[in-house]
Parts: sequence; structure tokens; C-alpha cells
Amino acid sequence: MSHLLEVDKVSKTFGGVAANSDISFNVHQGEILGLIGPNGAGKTSLFNSISGEVEPDSGEIRLDGVRISGRGPVVCARLGIARTFQVVRSFDSMTVLENVMVGAFARTNSPGKAMKKAESVLDFAGLSGRVDTPAHLLSPPEKRRLEVARALATEPRILLLDEMLTGLTPTEAQAGVQLIRDVRASGVTIIMVEHVMEVLLPLIDRAVVLHLGKVLTEGLPTEVVRHPDVIRAYLGDRYAAA
Amino acid sequence: MAGSILGHNSIQRRRRLELIVGLIVLAGLCLLPLVVKDVYTQNLIILTILYAGLAQAWNILGGYCGQVSLGHALYFGIGAYVSTMLYVKLGIPPTLGMFAGGLVGGLFALLVGWPCFRLSGHYYAIATVVVGEIGYLLFLNWDFIGGASGINIPFKHESLVELQFRVTKVPWLYLVIAYAGLAWIIAWIIEGSRWGYSWRAVKDDVTAARSLAVRVFPSKMAAAAISGCLTGIGGAIFAQFVGYIDPDSIMSGNLSILIALPAVLGGVGTLWGPLVGSALLIPLKELSSSYLGSSGSGLDLMIYGALIVLIALARPQGLISLLGLFRKPEGAR
Repeated sequence: MSHLLEVDKVSKTFGGVAANSDISFNVHQGEILGLIGPNGAGKTSLFNSISGEVEPDSGEIRLDGVRISGRGPVVCARLGIARTFQVVRSFDSMTVLENVMVGAFARTNSPGKAMKKAESVLDFAGLSGRVDTPAHLLSPPEKRRLEVARALATEPRILLLDEMLTGLTPTEAQAGVQLIRDVRASGVTIIMVEHVMEVLLPLIDRAVVLHLGKVLTEGLPTEVVRHPDVIRAYLGDRYAAA
Repeated sequence: MAGSILGHNSIQRRRRLELIVGLIVLAGLCLLPLVVKDVYTQNLIILTILYAGLAQAWNILGGYCGQVSLGHALYFGIGAYVSTMLYVKLGIPPTLGMFAGGLVGGLFALLVGWPCFRLSGHYYAIATVVVGEIGYLLFLNWDFIGGASGINIPFKHESLVELQFRVTKVPWLYLVIAYAGLAWIIAWIIEGSRWGYSWRAVKDDVTAARSLAVRVFPSKMAAAAISGCLTGIGGAIFAQFVGYIDPDSIMSGNLSILIALPAVLGGVGTLWGPLVGSALLIPLKELSSSYLGSSGSGLDLMIYGALIVLIALARPQGLISLLGLFRKPEGAR
């Protein structure tokens, strides 16, 4: 069976530091894949390679068998990769609706169609009451939703979520989880980076654990957290035996 | 929430309203000659509206796309020289020549943009200052186009096609209204189009824009081409209006600032900022230089400086944002 996304021996170094070395894993259609690992494990670097923001030094990333690595973010977005950012990036001189319209213009030239698309996506993301609000006035969780809505407006096949739930209160995080579930139910495959394990583990179908730029292990979330190497990576050698 | 009920067409409603206000302002400007008979005041109004058009041209690149250019005198000067040379040397009327000037101005904006748009933020602005100065020095030393002594446009006869009006200033008024109107309507069209959204995204956050399939470099180039073209047309009109051009009067760094300033003062990236800014700035500049003579030439710069500081501190979004004070901010909860 062919996979939706194949990450094939991807390596990337920044000034002598290996952010990613020889990373390989596959993403299945319709799943929620969690990318976990301690700080500096190379999760965001990998996101940047998948979304086309940076070009891997070696290796290849394929979407439906077509190489997307090294072809730039615009091509990746056109082919169906959308993302959110670890530090929220909203277009602050625009309203919420206008922000999302920028995304919708990835698929249409018509302002009317872009507006309709943006409105329906905002409705989906639970922001329909904030359509005309300037983006910079949104609360942090609303800004996260805006980023998701904007990404969805590009009609992606895969959505990359970079720490979307980090820094939210438990209630806000639960609302975020529900949104992610809804996105998946709409047929979009999700890869997410997250630190908040107790929120992440019940949500994801599979986990890939990165450590020091390498894949430590992958598997079901319940399995990987019991894996001795994972415990060692997070907590140190003393806890691995426990 | 009322916003969500009305929200469905809020953007279209706002745009329609802007168009109506635009038509009212246009009609008001067209009626000015009926009220203003004094030649000096007419002259002042002509310059003000011309600068409103120029500032709008600048605003398309500097405001909407966020690429702050401090070298627009180059495109202005090129437009002026192209149309003037075509007229003086080949007898091609400026009504055609100004479009040639606009074309060459736009072309040069692309040529400047090709290397300079690889720089971001302040570095781009600095590069445009340098390019503007290079253009000024080249034209100053280029004998074929008159060098430092400039070109005189001889007055032959009253003619609409050749933009030669001596009996009355009124035709000039209508010409600059048409010019500023053109710049305004182009900005209005862009604002509602895919380009406008892309450009504003580029201005706000390049990385996020790219991730949404916005092609950043072509966006900047398109904005530069339109901006340079409109600026070139403005230069051609100005040359014909004053009847004499030399590098000092139409290509100096001062002029680059004077093209950018009204938009900054009035409101960057807004439809009305350039007009509001020039309505304040240009009369101020002309009055200060006529009352204070050449000794006052430094003083008007000081006034600009003070205005900029004031605006930057009190209303960074420009004078036009004062209108917002009367409205409830839509995002308020």
C-alpha cells in the first residue's frame, strides 16, 4: 500500500548541528500522527522541511509519490500541505475574515468565492462571531483557531500543527482537541507536534518519537510512552528501568 | 452579535461605501474651479492633487505591499524625462508621452526590484535610497538629456493634445484629478482582488504568506511595476506643468521623501491616506517656501520632521485612523 506522505532518509544540518539525521517514517491517509520528543529533538525542523520552508540536505519527502521536498512552501501548499506555526503568525493589519481569505485565494482567483470559503471555514473553526474583528485583537486560543482556519482554507490534504495546544488552559485545550478531531473527520490527515502529553496521547493514532534529530521509535501512543528509550530520552537513565 | 448578522457582506459593503465616498470627493474636486478663481490657490490645489496621486502610487508598493521605497524620485524623473525628450526631440505629444514615461518608469521599478526585493525591511529601503541617488547622479552628468542645466519645454501654442495650457490653469486641475483618480481607482481595485490580499499578507508576515501559497517575489514585483508606472505618469504630467525639468528639481532624494510622506502622514496602506496627507503637507510646504523664500527651505523639512514624529507617536496608523475614533472598534468585547 502506498502512503500519503513518505519521509525518506531526511537529513538537515544548521551550521554543523544536525537538526534531523536520516529520518524516515510514513503517514497514512486520514490518521492523526503525533510527532513527539524533547526540546531540540528536531520536530520543528522536520515540519519546516515537510512544508517546504527549508530544503533537506539529503533525503526526500513525497506526497502521494510525488517529491515535494526542496520545492518551496508555495508548491507544497498548492499540492496540499498546510501548517500552523509554533509562534502564532497572524496578518495583524487584516480582519479575521481577510486573514482566512488569503488562504482561500490559494485555490481561487475570485474574491467572492474566497470570501464564501473563508466564511465556511471560520464557521467550522468556531470563529464565525469574530469575522470582522482585527486579527491582532483575538485572544491567544482564538489566534490558534484562526491559524487552523487559514490553513484549512487552502484545502489541504495534510495539516501540520506545531504546538497548537501549548500554553492553553485545560478547557481551551479540550476545545482545541475537539477542533482537531473535527478536522480529521472532514478528511484531512494531521501531523502534530505537541508537548502536552496528557492531551496528545488520547488524540493521536500513532506516534513518532524524535530524539537528538533521529527517530527513536514509532508505534501506538500507549506503546511508545512505555518504551525504555523514550523514558530515557525524557527523564534520563535512572527512570528507564522502572 | 450584530457583527455576525451583518458580517456576511461587511467587506463588500465597506468597499461600496468607499466607492461612493470616492465619487463624491471626485465630484467635489471637479467643482473646485467654480469656487476657486485665484491662480495661486489653483496652483496649490493642482500640486496637492498631483501629490495625492503620486503618494497613492507610492502607497501601492509601500503601503499595501509593505515595501518602503525611498527612491521613487527615480521613476518620477524617468517618466518626466522620457515624455519630455519624446516631445522636445521627436515632437511626440505628452498625452502619449506620459504613458511611455509610465511604461519606462514601471520597467525601471522592475529592474530595481529584481535585486533589491531580495533584501527585506530596512535593507530594502536603504537600497532604494542608493539606487535613487545613482539615478540622480547619472542624469546630472548625462549631456544628451541636458545634464545639470536641464531641459526647457518651449511653449508653442495652446493645445490639449500637447498639454500646453497658458490661458488658464483649469485644464491642469482636471488632468491631475484624472491622474489621482486613476491611482485611487487602481488602489481600490487592487484592495479587493487576490493581489491586494496577497500583498497585504506579504507586508504582515512573509513566512505565513508563503505557507498559504502566496508567491512573495512576484507579488512585490507586480506592486513595484504598477507603482513605478503610475509614478512615471505623474512625473510626465509634472514636467509638462512646470515647463522645465532638471535633475535637482525632479530626481533628488528630497522628492523621494515628499512622494512617500503624504501616505505615511495620512495612513499607510489605506485608500484615503495619500489624499489626506497631501492635503495637509503640500499646502504647508508651498506656503512655507513662499513666505520664507529660499531661506525657509530648511524649515519646511523641519516641519515635516516634527509632523512625522508627532504622527509616529500619537497615531502610527496615520491621520485617517482618526476617523476610527468615532466608531466603536469592531473587535471590542
